[in-house]
Amino acid sequence: MRQPDGSSIVLTTKLQSMLAWVRKNSLWPLPFGTACCAIEFMSSVSAHYDLARFGAEVVRFSPRQSDMMIVAGTITDKMAPVVRRVYDQMAEPKYVISMGACACTGGFYRAYHVVQGVDEFIPVDVYVPGCPPTPEALIHGILELQKMIQRGETHYDRLSQKGAGNAESASI
Amino acid sequence: MQNPLPSKLQSLLLSSEVCPDGHVEMKVERSHLLEVLKGLRDDPACSCNLLADICGVDYPDREQRFEAVYHLGNLDSGQRYRVRVGLAEDDAVLPSAYSLWPAADWFEREAWDMMGIQFEGHPNMKRILTHEAFQGHPLRKDYDASQRCLMTEDDLMVPDWAKEDQASADDFETQILNIGPSHPATHGTLRTVVRLDGEVIDRAECEIGYLHRCFEKMSETHGWNQVIPYTDRLNYCSSMINGVGFALTVEKMLGIEAPPRAQAIRVILSEFSRLMDHAVCLGANLVDLGALTNFWYFFQPREEIYGLLESCAGGRLTVSYARVGGLSHDVPPDFEERCRRLLKEIPPFLDDVDKLVTTNRIFRDRTEGVGKMTAEEAIAWGWTGPCLRASGVPYDVRKAAPYMGYENYDFDVPIATTGDTYARYLVRMEEMRQSLRIIEQALDQMPEGPIITGDHHVALPPKARVYSEMESLIWHFKLVFDGIHVPKGSAYGFTEGANGELGYYVVSDGGGQPYRVKVRPPCFAIFQAFPHLIEGHMVPDLIAIMGSLNIIAGELDR
Ligand code: SF4
Repeated sequence: MRQPDGSSIVLTTKLQSMLAWVRKNSLWPLPFGTACCAIEFMSSVSAHYDLARFGAEVVRFSPRQSDMMIVAGTITDKMAPVVRRVYDQMAEPKYVISMGACACTGGFYRAYHVVQGVDEFIPVDVYVPGCPPTPEALIHGILELQKMIQRGETHYDRLSQKGAGNAESASI
Repeated sequence: MQNPLPSKLQSLLLSSEVCPDGHVEMKVERSHLLEVLKGLRDDPACSCNLLADICGVDYPDREQRFEAVYHLGNLDSGQRYRVRVGLAEDDAVLPSAYSLWPAADWFEREAWDMMGIQFEGHPNMKRILTHEAFQGHPLRKDYDASQRCLMTEDDLMVPDWAKEDQASADDFETQILNIGPSHPATHGTLRTVVRLDGEVIDRAECEIGYLHRCFEKMSETHGWNQVIPYTDRLNYCSSMINGVGFALTVEKMLGIEAPPRAQAIRVILSEFSRLMDHAVCLGANLVDLGALTNFWYFFQPREEIYGLLESCAGGRLTVSYARVGGLSHDVPPDFEERCRRLLKEIPPFLDDVDKLVTTNRIFRDRTEGVGKMTAEEAIAWGWTGPCLRASGVPYDVRKAAPYMGYENYDFDVPIATTGDTYARYLVRMEEMRQSLRIIEQALDQMPEGPIITGDHHVALPPKARVYSEMESLIWHFKLVFDGIHVPKGSAYGFTEGANGELGYYVVSDGGGQPYRVKVRPPCFAIFQAFPHLIEGHMVPDLIAIMGSLNIIAGELDR
């Protein structure tokens, strides 16, 4: 790297951490918003909370362009195959944040048509509690995910270390 | 009150009575059902133009196990009617009312899905809220609330007409397009399958239920006050209104009223919620049409109102603030000051949007004449609220059947006449300003006093007294363990939700939990007309129309 005085310095790092650093600072969220939590997601990206400060404001509704799925809202049995299909269409590396009590555990809907936590069918990296979580909580969740990416602790990292980092093996 | 039914109709009934709230309730044999419904619609003494709801109730101990309840209304006189018909378990079939009111379409499908009541002559009798692979009818009393049925992608609903070979008469092939349930412009979880002839939609069908969270089953397993957090999640853009509506219905059954201060606070926060709801609807609608800035303009006042709600109730979005008999606790000391500040801050945002959008050429070109609904059609489909008023019908529950003292406030009911997407925008814009007017008056007249009823069959005594008085301790104990005992019977309570008439039909068996709660979600009736509204339009119009109807999945699917 060139200094202002003309001399050069060299930074050494591992390719792995370099990649992680790049990835964690430009997460492109795919909001899979179904219910009330999605409204709080909207607040998070609006002017007041401004998710852009953390490099995660480029909301993309196409799974092919995004790498962080935020499941915001209750997922029902009718919706589950759709969530799974959208998740499968995302390119790797991909991360999942489960936002709200419903997405984490089914919330207070212990009922005949509600999935009791999206981790029934997709791997979740960060669980954000709350009903709905405040935008602060969601932002905290995203910051936690960034730390996990840097430390190489996400589901994607674990699976790719095993040498099987493709979508098929990510299924649980 | 005198029974207003004409004698010709009375002779067909098993019984009829006028309830304390003025609603006329009648029992009828199945064989006479259609005749009675037709009479209620056509007889000038009743002329029920609105079919508000159809609800199934399960009484496993009765000989006629099921009961279907039709809720009818006359929008001009405000008179309400309820028709009840009993059905045996092995023969739960009714004639469809679709030919009388198209509004029966989805309500009947819902009764089939949830309760297993068949409707003969219905054009499309299949499940609506649950999925195709679902077994059983979940709202029957013998269905276990946590019994799930899994679904795979193969069970996805595809309309029959979409399976056919797509060749049209003029040799151009038509094309099937699936929009949703995960689509940025469908606001959550709505799915529409359309058949395109060129760019024009020539057939459409909606699939809903992607957010069916079993609200009604959950209410049957919780105490009366515990239902209120669930109601918050019906229309989550204006949760306060839902909770108040439910509390009012239960209060009606108990024969009590919330104290004046609680009423005033309910009015203020409900009107703020209405404003927020309209702001989200318009903001999202405009984003879909490419006008992103307005979304930020609308979200700023929303944040401010969230702040106010948070200071009162502790929650921003899901407030759970209403209680049967009043409110959970009093507002903070700076409540009035904050409200008045909001009253000053909000209008400039509305003006900004007004200036940007109302006369905007692009916006008008895309919305005028798009998604037109005439007044007669709208009523026949069961429309209420801003969408109905945009078609020129000045029906507003706050005026037609005032509750919580709305009769004391001076406000106008804005209407438009063209019934198109642009008209719906105009009506919502004006309603926001009217809401501000109501809030201002409510603040001026805000009484002091308690915020929850002093009847300790209903409300917990204050904590200090529980610790110091034997009697209060007993009340507290009884209420916590047994819950509120709502007298046996049923009632239909309705309020003006942000989308229209939000009704609760509540049945109590005298226990500490509701026996049955049926919500009449305003956008359920509105959305069922959607396929007819978009036929003949193009796909981009579909997006504009959908946004203007303000379909909230939580309320639609429950
Ligand atoms: S967690 Fe709460 S706020 Fe979020 S979707 Fe579920 S019910 Fe709604």
